[in-house]
Amino acid sequence: MGVNSTPLLGGDGFITTTIESFANWGRKNSLWPMPFGTACCAIEMMGVFASRFDLSRFGAEVARFSPRQADLMIVSGTITYKMASVCRRIYDQMPEPKWVIAMGSCTCGGGPFDSYAVVQGIDEFLPVDVYVGGCPPRPEAVIDAVMKIQKKIELQGAPVV
Amino acid sequence: MSFDLSSLTDSLNTEFPGAVKTIIEYRGETTLVVLKEKVSEICRSLKDDFGFTFLADLTAVDYLEVKTPRYEVVYHVHRFGPEFDENIRIRLKAEVEGKEPTIDSVTPVWSGADWLEREVYDMFGIEFTGHPDLRRILMPDDYEPFPLRKDFDVRNREASKRSFEKELERGTE
Repeated sequence: MGVNSTPLLGGDGFITTTIESFANWGRKNSLWPMPFGTACCAIEMMGVFASRFDLSRFGAEVARFSPRQADLMIVSGTITYKMASVCRRIYDQMPEPKWVIAMGSCTCGGGPFDSYAVVQGIDEFLPVDVYVGGCPPRPEAVIDAVMKIQKKIELQGAPVV
Repeated sequence: MSFDLSSLTDSLNTEFPGAVKTIIEYRGETTLVVLKEKVSEICRSLKDDFGFTFLADLTAVDYLEVKTPRYEVVYHVHRFGPEFDENIRIRLKAEVEGKEPTIDSVTPVWSGADWLEREVYDMFGIEFTGHPDLRRILMPDDYEPFPLRKDFDVRNREASKRSFEKELERGTE
């Protein structure tokens, strides 16, 4: 069994690659999300993680609330200026390389809340990789965003230090 | 034992002359407009003598350009009774002037008033004398305006941004 018996590779199969593309292949298939949910979108995000949509199929395993173990931040929900500093601090605590998904209208652009307290888009203080529109977006849209992140890692990757 | 509102107002008016300025009955709700200066004593009497042990809500209204005095602080007080019709809720209103609005705190009467008064201070800028810890509760500590005042532009994000940028300068790690 295993590589040795794979007919495509012949007897003692081997693969040539570079360290960088190998590392990026690994990164792309083992994204660990840091859920930052503040409002209704967070409920939809739980749906993405739960059995029906099951983000684990993408190697994006059960989300845990530790920024030190995460490399993908999913910001879902209205972000106020008072919450923004907390969001930024958690992002800063995540190790490099890291990516950000802005999930839902509020996160992308303030949504309906053109008010004194709400940040009009988290790109005011975070570098966003993928924006997901919708109020709230369907779980499929979030899965699509994760796949876009995977594509981005595959094509651009991050330097191996 | 049913509730007798007139005996309550009579007793309050005897104890604190002029305490109850107006009584408004509307759709089964009772509102007493009371003297601002006497509000903490009135509340104490409501709790101790008439059994209104529960402060259900405390908030304020800004009547800018509608009427003077500009603000009203509103108290919803509740009395629990063993029978359904002995559960009584009445509303108190105290008028507060627009310039440097202050009113006595009712935290010594109902300790639940603590956060509610902080919220009113945060949103309207009404100061509660005698409050144990009068700080902002929803908005950042160094936020200047009072967002629920009618002359505040609710779309003005400048003050929020300033507080956020100061927070970032203080360090994120």
